[in-house]
Amino acid sequence: MSDGRAGALAHHFEDLDQQHEASSLGMWLFLATEVMFFGGVFAAYTVYRGMYLPGFEAGSHHLSIKLGAFNTVVLLCSSLTMALAVRAATLGKRRHLITFLALTLALGLTFVGVKLVFEWYHDYETGLAPGINWALAGPHSRGAELFFVFYFTLTGIHALHMVIGIGILAVLIGMAARGRFTPEGSNAIEMTGLYWHFVDIIWIFLFPLLYLIGAHY
Amino acid sequence: MTATATENSTGVNYLNVQYGIRSWLLTTDHKRIALLYLASITFFFLIGGISAVLIRIHLIEPQGALLQPATYNKMFSMHGIVMIFFFLIPSIPATMGNFLIPMMVGARDLAFPRINLLSWYIYVVAGLFTVYALIAGGVDTGWTFYTPLSTTYANGQVMAAALGVFIAGFSSILTGLNFIVTIHKMRAPGLTWSRLPLFVWAMYATSVIQVLGTPVVAVAIVLVGLERMFQVGVFDPALGGDPILFQHLFWFYSHPAVYIMILPSMGVVSELVTCFSKKRIFGYHFIAYSSLAIAAISFLVWGHHMYVSGQSVYASLVFSALSFAVAIPSAIKVFNWTATLYKGSVSYDSPMIYALGFIGLFTMGGLTGMFLASLATDIHLHDTYFVIAHFHYIMVGGALMGYLGGLHFWWPKITGRLYPDAWARFAALVIFIGFNLTFFPQFVVGYLGMPRRYAVYPEEFQVLNIMSSAGASILGVGYVIPLIYLIWSMRYGPAAGPNPWGATGLEWQTPSPPPTENFEQLPVVTEDAYEYGSKEAHVV
Repeated sequence: MSDGRAGALAHHFEDLDQQHEASSLGMWLFLATEVMFFGGVFAAYTVYRGMYLPGFEAGSHHLSIKLGAFNTVVLLCSSLTMALAVRAATLGKRRHLITFLALTLALGLTFVGVKLVFEWYHDYETGLAPGINWALAGPHSRGAELFFVFYFTLTGIHALHMVIGIGILAVLIGMAARGRFTPEGSNAIEMTGLYWHFVDIIWIFLFPLLYLIGAHY
Repeated sequence: MTATATENSTGVNYLNVQYGIRSWLLTTDHKRIALLYLASITFFFLIGGISAVLIRIHLIEPQGALLQPATYNKMFSMHGIVMIFFFLIPSIPATMGNFLIPMMVGARDLAFPRINLLSWYIYVVAGLFTVYALIAGGVDTGWTFYTPLSTTYANGQVMAAALGVFIAGFSSILTGLNFIVTIHKMRAPGLTWSRLPLFVWAMYATSVIQVLGTPVVAVAIVLVGLERMFQVGVFDPALGGDPILFQHLFWFYSHPAVYIMILPSMGVVSELVTCFSKKRIFGYHFIAYSSLAIAAISFLVWGHHMYVSGQSVYASLVFSALSFAVAIPSAIKVFNWTATLYKGSVSYDSPMIYALGFIGLFTMGGLTGMFLASLATDIHLHDTYFVIAHFHYIMVGGALMGYLGGLHFWWPKITGRLYPDAWARFAALVIFIGFNLTFFPQFVVGYLGMPRRYAVYPEEFQVLNIMSSAGASILGVGYVIPLIYLIWSMRYGPAAGPNPWGATGLEWQTPSPPPTENFEQLPVVTEDAYEYGSKEAHVV
């Protein structure tokens, strides 16, 4: 136990509490920068949604609410398994930790897979990709095109965050398998948890903003 | 303060603890990383300076003396991009902030030493993109990358330059994040917030802007990139986009960015004025909180760049009022510095000359800012050389003077050596004279109607432009002199001792240069900052 404590403490901190508080605050600040980053696109989205509401509705109607809802459920479940992983880490249950991290990773991959194969590729095939393959005609074509620009920008940046998160999870699973985490020395798991929940919350905003404009069930 | 200044008993310090290029490129010591930054930003200052020289030579003649008009456009764009994103924004934070904040708060290092090194590498990668953009043909959008010029009409290396700015933003964010966490969580026992040096307060306010503002300009650049790559209409009015939206997103960061550049210098000047008056700073809390007030209000004034962009008159009215409001905390600082001088034992060592220069020039820059914040006068002055002169009084007369003052003040701490102070005072004087001769005529020529960013101008403006170019050559000489004697001092300067200025502050209570983890044992603080006049403060 005392060896584990000494190994987890970096040379420039006084004690583990200070180290833990520093990484927490650092992570929350990082998430604040992420809020500002997404906030910029959300602001632009809001401006154009106001300017081209009928076009945004028309564009939104081309999205599949079922797939969006399915992915929402998948992400919420992944947040649960991530929270359980953090819990397992603080209790020092290594096998539970690995299981829950692997489940989180699998759910994350499911989300990205559905997005890529059933949504983006389908949109591209049916001419809904502005600048690459755009075939939508009609009175609200311009507004719908702008809608899809924001759809791809927002979901693209979100998916990029997912992929980064999946990569980090893979590294953590490898480290956990080699017994790198102790109940005191599991900051990395907790910080990854914060990041994962944040990316989840972003999707909670994206789903209604993109899929549910002008109810169409 | 309690700890006493001692000579380093072992002789091992952060500079001689290890040798070789690897020990520098893989270091996580905040002091070594500060020096890596110092070398890199000096390199970019030279690039930005060379483009400024070419601009001023060109403008000696009304038809342009040197460059093709297209080349001239690329030259002022490169001057702006390099000086703002690669010199001014990282200047004080990444060098002195990096070096001093852990020592000022009594810590062994920043909270995240590896992230600190990473931020330097990110900065270098960003710099390579910018150098590539420069070599591969340059960019002619100005540093502002306004759409639709940048997305549709510009033919230069817009993407490479924009990517450079985008990547540099991450470096800036990580530095700011590191400072905030360090200041919150790493302070020595007894070092309460109201005992922190004012430089730390200023750096804290700066870091808040870096962390909250930079992501917004990053996303604006992403959208410009998408529009350029896929020809979709985010900002292009022909495709349904709104070019004004780009200006909103851009200035939401780029106006607060002005305070990223000036707040650290204000922090430096607070340290210098009190040290060289040998008197406690007047209005400590006012100066500390005015830094936070500037950071907060800075996010609410961006619209004053857009009075003639077709922004709603009512929005302009509000932005104008808020822009006047941001002058209040700035003025609070100036009055408090002046009050500190009153009845102090003022000595005119070279850092103090820079500090006094800062106070005067910053005041001029700030007051002319009020002309531009007023709706009616701005219509006349918008996009003229009056604006150029105004922000150079802030950026060069303010930020750069503070940078040089701080560099001279802490140089003995950084290197352990003294430089020849007579030469330093002479250089400070040359810079002050050269600066005013360069930029004061630009107020006049701008008021008379000469617009910025043109390669040619009417003949009646020639005399003022020649004055400006003559001043620029004096200014150039002024910058070369410190470069020579500071490098000379690293080898031949006399040993400085731990505290050559008789200053208070934890950084002066450790040997010069400091050991790797800054203190032989971590300090305990029992007094407020700036206890000048008490007996400990006269330890020299």
